[in-house]
Amino acid sequence: MLVDALTLNAGHNAAVVVLGTAAFGLAAGAVGAFVLLRGRALIADAAAHATLPGVAGAFLVALALGWEPRALPVLLAGAAITAALAVLAVDALTGAGRLKDDAAMALALSVGFGLGIVLLSVVQGLPSGSQAGLKGFILGQAAGMLVRDAVLIASLAAVAAVLLGVLFRPLSLLLFDPGFAAAVGLPIRGLDRALLALMLAVAVIGLSAVGALMVVGLMVIPAATARLLAPRLAVLVVLSALFGGASAWIGAAISATQPGLPTGATTVLVASALFNAALLCKLLSRLVARTMRCISGAQRDDGASSSPRRSPSATE
Amino acid sequence: MRAPDPVPLPPEPALAVLGLSVAYGGTPVLTDVSWQVPPGTLAAIIGPNGAGKSTFLKAVLGLIPSLCGEVRLFGRPLAEVRRRIAYLPQRASVDWDFPLTALDVAAQGRYPHAGWFRPLPRRERDRALAALAEVGLADLAHRPIGALSGGQQQRVFLARALALEAELMLLDEPFAGVDAASEAAILAVLRRLVREGRTVIAVHHDLATAPAIFSEVLLLNKRVIAAGPMATAFTAEALAEAYGVPIPLSAAA
Repeated sequence: MLVDALTLNAGHNAAVVVLGTAAFGLAAGAVGAFVLLRGRALIADAAAHATLPGVAGAFLVALALGWEPRALPVLLAGAAITAALAVLAVDALTGAGRLKDDAAMALALSVGFGLGIVLLSVVQGLPSGSQAGLKGFILGQAAGMLVRDAVLIASLAAVAAVLLGVLFRPLSLLLFDPGFAAAVGLPIRGLDRALLALMLAVAVIGLSAVGALMVVGLMVIPAATARLLAPRLAVLVVLSALFGGASAWIGAAISATQPGLPTGATTVLVASALFNAALLCKLLSRLVARTMRCISGAQRDDGASSSPRRSPSATE
Repeated sequence: MRAPDPVPLPPEPALAVLGLSVAYGGTPVLTDVSWQVPPGTLAAIIGPNGAGKSTFLKAVLGLIPSLCGEVRLFGRPLAEVRRRIAYLPQRASVDWDFPLTALDVAAQGRYPHAGWFRPLPRRERDRALAALAEVGLADLAHRPIGALSGGQQQRVFLARALALEAELMLLDEPFAGVDAASEAAILAVLRRLVREGRTVIAVHHDLATAPAIFSEVLLLNKRVIAAGPMATAFTAEALAEAYGVPIPLSAAA
């Protein structure tokens, strides 16, 4: 059954879910590489948690206006607004030196999530709300994904990828050396904003697939995995996107075989399995390299008297 | 009536700072700093830790806001001459574990010329390589920067600044934490730049080597203690005032 889901043979719905989630995974991995290297993982997490009140609020507003409250574009628009507000709130709290970064982010994260839970239970109490399935936005419930949702996610992911491609060089200089970037005239505030916007976009488009709590995992874990393996930034970004896409693909397929298993949880667990595998490879290769050096060093010691490993005093 | 002989205009100073003041969150860091550096000179900014030396460079480059004062580069405001200025940040200001090769970093000095939105053309890559060769790192061009020694990393930074092909170089501690080989390599490059008529301004820490290397000096400790030609400004009295303790010039020179 899992093989069927992985190979997109478990029915039309399952195939849509797997492909839509994988498209999100690719974008999350690519953007996540920049988020990780810029040290923005925590703010991404705060923003992702703060999408929940936006989802519930958009549902309530749409209901009041007589629109279809479960339409994904409406819910995601609400999510984008409150996530952006959370980022601005963190900026304002740290900007004047009132709070340190980590405290401000913890504050935005918990207040956003708390507000989201309260509004979600309000929705849940409504006659039309109990069927809305908004709880899926917490941990991810990709099973309900429609073809048009998957297309929306995939096109947003494609836009994010194109933007990253265009901004690759300025962004990489911003990540490595913001001082030099500013000195050669790059608009570093604007670039930082663009990266934040990309991060928000990814957090929002991942909501229905992997949920507010797990979105950051799919940005950061594939990037951390790629960081272990890639010697150059361009390779790192591509690897991170591939790891993100693969984690989402496999995670969505696993979740599709078990009703009620949240996609976000399975996806993040697959991503962390990849990370552990990469870590193990890295440690093993280091061990092998060290052993090889020891062996070749011992052979030199046996063979020639002019071993560079010996101290000068020992050879005299 | 005989027309007066045409007097050649004195060249515009490479850097002219007038009454520059900078504060971090209400704490004054630099107060009323004025200094002129003639073109084609090797100039040092010297002072104790926390004297505002890096801050001075950053304020000149517009990286941090200044409270008041005027900065002119070649007689013009910064925005008009940015392309003619190179900046070398402190080595410790970046993460050297970053996934880049030495050539990647040197190539960062070519993007302002070649454009940011396309891969670097071969010709531009070759110029970045040439800059690496100039600091003696041609062999290590494809080495990850994390695998280089501190002195080699400093030379990679210098190669990037060279790749900008600027007329004025602002260097924040180019000799910090480098071994004798790297120091000699860096110094040779700086001397060549000045021979070509370019201007180099460097934050410097080693009082003993300063008079032999630099011809102009700014002694700084939150304000100007002394400024001008090394021979007249770099005195035992000025050093004592800058550092707050008497510093025997015999040890310094």
